[in-house]
Amino acid sequence: MIAAMTLAAPTTLVHLSGVDLIIIAIYFLLVLAIGFYLKKFAKTGEDFFLAGREMTAWVAGLAFVSANLGSLELLGWAGNAYQYGIMAAHWYWIGAIPAMVFLGLVMMPFYYISKTHSVPGYLKLRYGTEASALSAVTFAFMTILMSGVNMYAMALVMEVVLGWDLNFSIVVSSLTVGVYVAAGGLFSAIFNEVLQFFLIWFGALLIPILGMIETGGWSGMVARIHERFPGQDFTHMWGPMSSASNNPMGVQWIAIVFGLGAVQSMGYWTTDFLVVQRVLSAKDVRSAKLAPIIGAFFKMAVPLIVILPGLLGRAVLNVHLVPGNVAQPGQFKFDDVLPLMLARYCGPGLLGLGITALIAGFMAGMAGNVSAFATVWTYDIYRPYMRKDAPDAHYVSMGRWCTIIGLIVSIGTAYLVQYNKSMMDYVQALFGFFIAPLFGTVVLGMLWKRVSRMAGFWGLLAGVVTSVTAFMLMKFDPSWVKVFAFSPLAQPLAQAMWQALWACVTCVVVTVLVTLVTKPKPDEELRGLVYALTEVPREEHTSWLHRPAVWGVAALVILVVLQIIFW
Amino acid sequence: MSEKHHIIPVWFFVGLLLLIYGVLIFGSGLLNWSHPPEGVELSNLHAPVWWGALLIVLGAVYCAKFYPRRET
Repeated sequence: MIAAMTLAAPTTLVHLSGVDLIIIAIYFLLVLAIGFYLKKFAKTGEDFFLAGREMTAWVAGLAFVSANLGSLELLGWAGNAYQYGIMAAHWYWIGAIPAMVFLGLVMMPFYYISKTHSVPGYLKLRYGTEASALSAVTFAFMTILMSGVNMYAMALVMEVVLGWDLNFSIVVSSLTVGVYVAAGGLFSAIFNEVLQFFLIWFGALLIPILGMIETGGWSGMVARIHERFPGQDFTHMWGPMSSASNNPMGVQWIAIVFGLGAVQSMGYWTTDFLVVQRVLSAKDVRSAKLAPIIGAFFKMAVPLIVILPGLLGRAVLNVHLVPGNVAQPGQFKFDDVLPLMLARYCGPGLLGLGITALIAGFMAGMAGNVSAFATVWTYDIYRPYMRKDAPDAHYVSMGRWCTIIGLIVSIGTAYLVQYNKSMMDYVQALFGFFIAPLFGTVVLGMLWKRVSRMAGFWGLLAGVVTSVTAFMLMKFDPSWVKVFAFSPLAQPLAQAMWQALWACVTCVVVTVLVTLVTKPKPDEELRGLVYALTEVPREEHTSWLHRPAVWGVAALVILVVLQIIFW
Repeated sequence: MSEKHHIIPVWFFVGLLLLIYGVLIFGSGLLNWSHPPEGVELSNLHAPVWWGALLIVLGAVYCAKFYPRRET
C-alpha cells in the first residue's frame, strides 16, 4: 500500500496559509516543551520505561487507542473505505473491540500482577529464555524497521500533500521525536499520544459533519453512491459476504470472524507490546483492566472520522481514485481520499489543524515504536544477556541512548526504503508474521498451567514459520491463494487474515503436542502468571458502575447493535 | 493523574493546545468572513468560526479545571 504512495504524485494536494504554518509550528514547540518538562520526572527505570506505573485508566486508555491511531492508519483505512466501502469498518469493530475487551478482562490481570515490564518479559517469567529471546529479538528488530517505515511514509505524505522536501520532513520529525522521547521516556510518549488523540478528532471530525450536510445525511449519501456506482454495494458490512465473489475484498464471513476477529486482532491488541505497554503504565489492576475497555469505546467511534470520509469521497468527489499500484502521474490514489476531503471542506486554519493531526499521528507512531524498542532492548536483551546487575540509573541511560540510536537506525531504514520501495510492504508483512502465533503462545500460557517451557518456544517458532511460508507461497505463486484462503479471489487483506489463522492454529497444535510429551513447570514458578495459580483482586466492593466487566459487556452489546444497523 | 510525581495533568496541555488553536482558527474564520476561500465547499457555513469557538470553549474549560495549582 505505502510503496504505492511513491508513484504518481499529481501536484500538491493542499496549499497552506500563514495561519496553518503557525498551527503546525505551535504543535512542534509544545511537544518539545512537554518533553523537556517531563525529563525531570523520568529518573528511574519504572519512570522512564513504564511512566512510573501511575497513569489513570483514562490516560492509559487514550494512549492505548492512540498508539494505533497513526496517520498511516487514517490515510490507509480511509482509502480502504473508498475502495471496499463500509466493510473496512470490520477492522475497527469486530477486528478490535472483542480483543480489547478480552485484553482488559482476561489478560491484563496476568500482565499486571506479574509486574512484567513487557510482553517478552512475561514470556520469560512464564516459559523461560527461549520463547522470550525469540520474541524480544524479533520485536526489537521489527519495531525499529517499522519506525523507519513510519518516518519515510510521513515524509512521503508531506511531499505529496504539501510539497515539502523529503529530507526536511525526516530530519525535523526524527529530531523532535528523539528529543522528547529521550527526555521523558514513556511519560512523553503517552502525553503526546493523548494530545494526538484530541488533534485527530478535532482535525478530522469536520469532514463527516460537513459531508453529511452536503449529501443530505446518511440516506442522501447512500443514494448518491448508488447513483454514481450502480450495481455495487459499498454500504453493507455482512450482506455481501456470503461468498468471496460477492464483494471487492474477496472475503467470506468466516475469515472475518475467525481470521480477523479471533486471531489477527487478538494477536495485535493483546500481544503487540507497542499497545500493551501503554496499559502497563496504569496505576493499579482495576485501571489496567479498565483502560483497554475505555479505549474500545473510542475505537468504535473512529469509523466516523476514517470510514465515513472514505464513503463520502465516493459520494461527492468528482475525481476518480485508483489503486496506488496502477496510478499514473496526474491521477489520485485511494489513499489520497482523506487529504482530498480535508482540502474540500477546510480553509485556512482548519486545514492547518488537519495537517497537524496527520503530523502528530506520524510522530506518535515513531515515538511509540522507539519507546517500545528502548524498553525491549534494555530489559529483554541488554539486561539478561549483556549486563545483568547494573544499577537502575545505568538502564535508564541505556534507554535514552537506545532511543537516539533507534532513531538513527530508523533514519537509515527510511533512506533504504526510499531506494527499495517494495521493502516497505515486506517490513509491514514481517511484523504480522510474529503477532498471530504470539497470541497463541501467550494465551495458552496464561490459561493452561500444564504448558511446558519448550512447548512455548516450539509452538511460537512453528507458528512464525507457518506464517512466513503461507505469505511467501501466496506472494510468489498465486495458485496457493486458493489453498490457504479457500478462494482464488482473496485480496491481500483477506490473505493476511487466513495467514494469521493458519499461523495461530499451527502454534496452538504444536504447543499442545509438545506439552504432552514434556515436563511441566512446577506450580511455585507459575504463581501470579497463570489462571489456576493467580489471585486476581475481586471487585465485590466496587459499585457496578466502576466494574470493568460491566463496561466490557456494554462495549460488546454496542458492537452487536452496530453490526445489525449496518448489516 | 500523577500521584507520585505531581506532574501537571496532560489534560491541562490538551486544554492549552485547544485554546490556542481555537483562537487562531476563530480569528482566521472572522478575517475570511466576507471573502471565503475559493475552492472550499460549504464555505458559506463559516465552519472555522464555530469550530474555533468550540475549541476555545473546550480549551478554556480544560485549562481552568486542570490548571496546575501549587499545593500547600
